[in-house]
Amino acid sequence: MTKEEKYQKLREIVTIYLPEDVKVEAIRRESHFINELNINSANLVDIVLDVEDAFDITLENEDMDQMQTVDDALQIIDKKLEAS
Amino acid sequence: MNFQDILANLPYAKPFLFVDELVDLNEEGAEGLFTFRKNSDFYQGHFKGHPVTPGVLLTECCAQIGLVCLGIYLLQQQQVFISGLQIGMSSSEMDFLLPVYPGERVRVISEKSYFRFNKLKCKVKMYNESGALVCKGVLSGMIKAMGDE
Repeated sequence: MTKEEKYQKLREIVTIYLPEDVKVEAIRRESHFINELNINSANLVDIVLDVEDAFDITLENEDMDQMQTVDDALQIIDKKLEAS
Repeated sequence: MNFQDILANLPYAKPFLFVDELVDLNEEGAEGLFTFRKNSDFYQGHFKGHPVTPGVLLTECCAQIGLVCLGIYLLQQQQVFISGLQIGMSSSEMDFLLPVYPGERVRVISEKSYFRFNKLKCKVKMYNESGALVCKGVLSGMIKAMGDE
């Protein structure tokens, strides 16, 4: 999977959990999930669970703590895919 | 397993405690009982002259037994020391099938869907004393022991 494909796949997942007042266009690589995309902590868990299914990886609590932005998520996905 | 210990850790008090007794707790779910007190204030207004337990309180009862008691148990199983709790319900999707009248005792059974990254999601069912299904649904919430950063 190319970097762009991973990004698009992640975008699709994040889109599901965006609050109604945040547009899909607001999702950028540097977007902060909680502060900029207004995703709450419960929905951030849903995103992680969907990411696990979509990429067939398992995240740990430390990964969750580090996953602040879309870019952070992409890096964690890469790290997990390399290790698997 | 000490159920009293779980009840002691609940962050609720009268008049907003909706758990009397825990019957079962395990990795996969919880079961508990609560009797809606006949003389509760809210019956005076819900409804005027026709007291019925509000659906929000049935939901709350399901959440306290099914999510919070189970969540405390699961945290304890992970050897987390609990000095306090940060909790919040994040979603509820309930169907209400039968009315619950003042003085009725209900049984709540919850079944864990997952508990990950401090989010607990459960299927819950509430039964009345004759064993009929009163309400059912899916609840989720965040539950975290305080000081556990």
